[in-house]
Amino acid sequence: MLRAEGVVVSYGRQRVLGGVGIEVSPGQVTGLAGPSGCGKSTLARVLAMLLKPAAGRLTVDGVDVRRWRHRVPRELRGQVALIFQQPRLAVDPRFTLLDVIAEPLRAAHRSIEHARELAEEMGLTPELLSRRPHEVSDGQLQRACVARSLTLRPRYVICDEMTTMLDASTQAHLVARLEAYRLESGAGVLAITHDDELLIRWTGPSGGSIRHLSEMAPAA
Amino acid sequence: MATGVAGGLTRSRRRFPRGAAVTLVLLLLAVVLVPLFARLDQQLVDLHAASLPPSLRHPFGTDEVGRDVLLRAVYGLRVSVLVGLAAAVVSVTIGTLAGLAAGAAGGTLDRLIMRIVDGFNSVPHLLFGIFIVALFTPSTTAVVVSVALTHWMTAARIVRSEVLTLRARPFVDAAISGGSRRLRIVRRHFLPHLIPHIMLAAVLMIPHAIWHETALSFLGLGLPAHLASLGNMINDGARSLLAGNWWASLFPGLFIFLPTLAISALAQYWRDRSNPRWRSELQL
Ligand SMILES: Nc1ncnc2c1ncn2[C@@H]1O[C@H](COP(=O)(O)OP(=O)(O)OP(=O)(O)O)[C@@H](O)[C@H]1O
Ligand SMILES: [Mg+2]
Repeated sequence: MLRAEGVVVSYGRQRVLGGVGIEVSPGQVTGLAGPSGCGKSTLARVLAMLLKPAAGRLTVDGVDVRRWRHRVPRELRGQVALIFQQPRLAVDPRFTLLDVIAEPLRAAHRSIEHARELAEEMGLTPELLSRRPHEVSDGQLQRACVARSLTLRPRYVICDEMTTMLDASTQAHLVARLEAYRLESGAGVLAITHDDELLIRWTGPSGGSIRHLSEMAPAA
Repeated sequence: MATGVAGGLTRSRRRFPRGAAVTLVLLLLAVVLVPLFARLDQQLVDLHAASLPPSLRHPFGTDEVGRDVLLRAVYGLRVSVLVGLAAAVVSVTIGTLAGLAAGAAGGTLDRLIMRIVDGFNSVPHLLFGIFIVALFTPSTTAVVVSVALTHWMTAARIVRSEVLTLRARPFVDAAISGGSRRLRIVRRHFLPHLIPHIMLAAVLMIPHAIWHETALSFLGLGLPAHLASLGNMINDGARSLLAGNWWASLFPGLFIFLPTLAISALAQYWRDRSNPRWRSELQL
């Protein structure tokens, strides 16, 4: 279980999350909805251990997260993957797509063969893998980001509006790929999106619940 | 300067400064080729030919002991450029390391390093440079050290502020999430982005370092007097200026002035081209 309790985050004086909690169960797709600007991406960053909340608790399979960002032990960091809302910003513009996907493996001094396999499953040809981000479409870039998120075989995958800017067939392909990973590995998925229809379709098969962020905040 | 006019036009359409490039190439060719083909010895003292005005045989005239000013200016430029290059490399290296450490570590280390930068900045450069050279006997190393120690702060500030903006970019979050340690993030993500800035800082530092070397040598605190550096030449030439020998200091002066302007013009052109909007075009 990936569990956050009582998470409080403020940017300067603006309180974005006021004591929010959420649970993501292994093997299930949990949905997270909410109006724009309500703090979904902020909560996603907390869950991925990238943003230290002012208060609250985060546990990953019962392990308490006490440190944040690069101070989190690498093993633990690898347990939770985050797919970012805007793929353009989430990749180093100087990297090729192969570098993007292989970086987590290289950082762990492991063979990058797995990166090529994942890329192929995502429908990225070797020719595309040698291109830089500005030479590929948003959809192709997001495919690379999904492949990257799976290289370390995470226990939980957080998809932050992964498909907002993409066409229907790419969206379907990315969701199908993550579903295949979930079924094969038993990982938990947190699907964040505005798109209610997609949310119902995505969470349905695993019987996961849908949460609305505005409902989660306790009356302050 | 020409930048005033060009800056008023659209920044993105600045034309390549051809004159500057030609000047720089000619000077570099002179520095490399003249010593190879010179019929004259730059150290040759010929008192019969002392203080001759510019002529065909001596295009820049001769100094008060009869040495050919053109030849010595070319040698002087070579010494000054080498010293300037070394000082620029050393100062930008120190500045980059300090800026990286401050920006990437943050917190106490950041505050400490920036305090030191402010401290160094609060002392007048030339005064501090003079103080450092005074600790050593006049030598090339002393000049390089003195220029480097007084000029690393600019690079440190540039690098630190770049690192602070880089740190906040989502791809750094993605790298952390992917298990990269801090040093790896510096090496894989920060340094490659910083290199254009670092190179630019280094190139802009070269003329600056040359001027410092010249100033120190002019004050008699720089390079050993027998070395034909531009500063030493102007210093020597200034003595015979009252006797009407304008050429002995004017030409070495031009040899500082022209490359300085040329390098600045080229560096500014480069900076505009590597503006973020142009990055993808340049594939940096
Ligand atoms: N780095 C930041 N600095 C200051 N304020 C921020 C920062 N990031 C987000 N915010 C603010 O926090 C609030 C929540 O932002 P967040 O991105 O989490 O919302 P969101 O629910 O993901 O929105 P969207 O659906 O548009 O993606 C917004 O009001 C936003 O302006
Ligand atoms: Mg968002």
